[in-house]
Order: sequence, then C-alpha cells, then structure tokens
Amino acid sequence: MAIFNMILLGFLVICAISVSFSKNLLNSILIFMSYSLIMSIIWILLESPDLAITEAAVGAGVTSILFFVTLKKIHAIKQEQEEEEKDEPHQKTE
Amino acid sequence: MSRIRKQSEYEKTFAYHFFRWLGGEKDAFVGNMEMRPQKEYREEDATIEERMKDRQQAIAEVYDSSHNRELKFFGALYKCFSIVFCIAIVTLLVITVSYLPSVGGVQKPTNNEVSEKYITDGLEDTGAVNIVTGMILSYRAFDTFGETNVLFIATCCVMIMLMVDEEKIRDNRESNDRNFEPKNDVILQVIASLLAPIVFLFGIYIILNGHLSPGGGFSGGAMIGAGMILYVAAFGFEKTGRFFNENVYKCVKVTALLCYGCIVTYYFLTGANGLPCLIPTGEAGKILSGGITLPINIFVGSEVACTMYAFYALFRRGGL
Repeated sequence: MAIFNMILLGFLVICAISVSFSKNLLNSILIFMSYSLIMSIIWILLESPDLAITEAAVGAGVTSILFFVTLKKIHAIKQEQEEEEKDEPHQKTE
Repeated sequence: MSRIRKQSEYEKTFAYHFFRWLGGEKDAFVGNMEMRPQKEYREEDATIEERMKDRQQAIAEVYDSSHNRELKFFGALYKCFSIVFCIAIVTLLVITVSYLPSVGGVQKPTNNEVSEKYITDGLEDTGAVNIVTGMILSYRAFDTFGETNVLFIATCCVMIMLMVDEEKIRDNRESNDRNFEPKNDVILQVIASLLAPIVFLFGIYIILNGHLSPGGGFSGGAMIGAGMILYVAAFGFEKTGRFFNENVYKCVKVTALLCYGCIVTYYFLTGANGLPCLIPTGEAGKILSGGITLPINIFVGSEVACTMYAFYALFRRGGL
C-alpha cells in the first residue's frame, strides 16, 4: 500500500507541474481534472471519505466544467468550434 | 393691484418665454443660435502614415535590446532579482516548515483535550455516528453557517458580474454558444437520462445519511448540482426551466439559509453543549437521529446544489 501511495503522490507532483507547463489551455484543464481525481483517491487512502466525495464532485466535476464554459466564452477553444461550425452550419432566421 | 395683461403685452415678458420653454413648447435657442451638426473628425492619410512611422520608430528604439545598453542591463538585473527572490521565499518557507511539529507527534498542539472531547463525547452529545458531521454541524454549527453564507455571497457576486436581462437572453438566443454544440446529441441524452436519476438519488442518500455515513450536506449538494448540470448540458435550459427557474432558486436558497440560521440560533440558545436541548438526539444509528444534524444537512445540501447549478447557468448564459 505504501508503494501505491508513493506512485499516486508522484502522479500528483507530475500533474501539478505539467498543468503550468502545458501550452494548450484545454490540456491544462484536463490535467487539473486528473489531479483532483488522484487527490480524491489519496483522501480515501488517508481515511477521510468525506473529503474524497467532495473533492471528486467539486474539484474534478464542477470546477472543470466552469473552466470549460469560461474558455468557450472567451473563445479560447477555437479549433473545436470551427470544426463544429463546419460540420453543422447553424441556420440564422434573420 | 393686479390686473390681467393683454395677450400681446404678455407675450413680450420674460415669464411668458420662460414658461413656454419650461413646457417644452419652444426651444429658446432655435432661431436665435446657429446650429450645425459637429464635424466628423477625419485624419488625412499623410498624417496617419507619419504618426505610424513615428510610433514604430519609437518602439524600435526603446525595445532595441541589442543596442540599448540600459535595457540589456535591466533585463539581466530583472532575471537575477527574480531568481534571488524565488530562492529567498523558498528558503523562508522551508525554514518555517522545519519548525512545525512533526505529523502525528504526541507533542503536537492539535493533540489536546478538544479532539479528545469530540471523540469520546461526540456520539452522546450530538447523536451522530459520523463524528465529522456531528462536529461540523453541532459543535461548530456557527462556523458552517458562515461558510454557507460565503456560498450565498459568492453567487451574489457572480450574479452582479454576469447576470443579464431576461429580454437580452431571449434576444441573444441566436448568438448563444449552444448553437455551436451538437444539438440534441442522442448519446449524451440517453446517457444523461440513465445517469441523472442515479446521481440525484445518490446525492439525496448522502445528504440524508450525513450523520451515519461519510458525506454530508456539502458533498451531497455538490453531487445534486453536478447532476443538474449534466441534465442541462444534455437537454438545454428550456427543459430544466420547467422544474428549476429563478423563482424556485430564490425560494429554496432563502428558505434554506433562514431555516439554518433559526435552527442554529435555537440550538445554541437552548441546548448547546451540556445544556438540556429540546431536540431529541434519538437512537444512534437510525435515520431520525442526530438532533439538529439531519435538518441542517438538508438545508446545506439544497443551498449547495442551488449554488452549483446557479454558477453553471450564470457562466453559460447570464441568467438562471
């Protein structure tokens, strides 16, 4: 179990560093999400399931979704949007 | 002695003009003053070119790092200072941490009578099997009340910054970012219709069993909020608006906060620690036990669920 803990902690450090070094904002959000997920597993191993549930719901779920929505609002996720526009040219009723 | 003046005489007086002007019948300046629309400011092409050239020249001179010695010097100095500053802060923090008592040590200041009291008397005092929830919601109920208020204020701030009028939402429907998404995505809708009820049920279970098993109001509420976000992402705001709109949000949120405040105040006034409380703690291990823990859990849960959904809706389209 100690080795498993060590591996998880190593992942945590790698995730935390690579969030700030990744150039793509979408990638950094995904890495941040996985950081929260690993953190929630570590909370379970530290015998505090209360925190694990909250971390999984808030850290990995709601926060990342809010990040995604914000990135979309400020048009930071451009490539995806263009592809979708190509696939489905939205009709304007004007 | 006052008398009525003739109309022609009255028309010459200041009062006549003034009241006409006041009533908006006649603009005093029309006819008396030459009125022309303001000339539009236009810059000639030659001056624009000159200006741009000047600007580029200035920029090139200022940021020319290969010739500007001052700039070179400051660049090097900036790097040196930032490295020294980082090292200084890291050393300071490491030194501070090295003075902290070791984790789990007997001499640690957290190993005092408070935690002992919580562990030994917690079950008897609060009636909650889950000591963490019992501690948070009855020994430290006022702390948690403050936290719930923080959530309330956070939503208020987001509303102040991002909320737009109802009409604007309707007008912007065409330019809404939902147009760029796959509308009525079948995979997402099927998965959401399967998962959302389970997520809701699990959230409700966690809230209601907060005093018996791990979890509590906050985690359960966050889960329900996440389930609602999933539902909105799959089916759109119109379908969600049928059971959760701004009025429901207002009612639930304000009611939860008010009831929470009343319960906590009543508990602290009548039967905090050691005093006989009118709310029975019940038999430990049953659903209807734990005194004030269960109702407070429910109120915190509904508050948090509303907050999570409100955040998403406000970020998404500026309204609930």
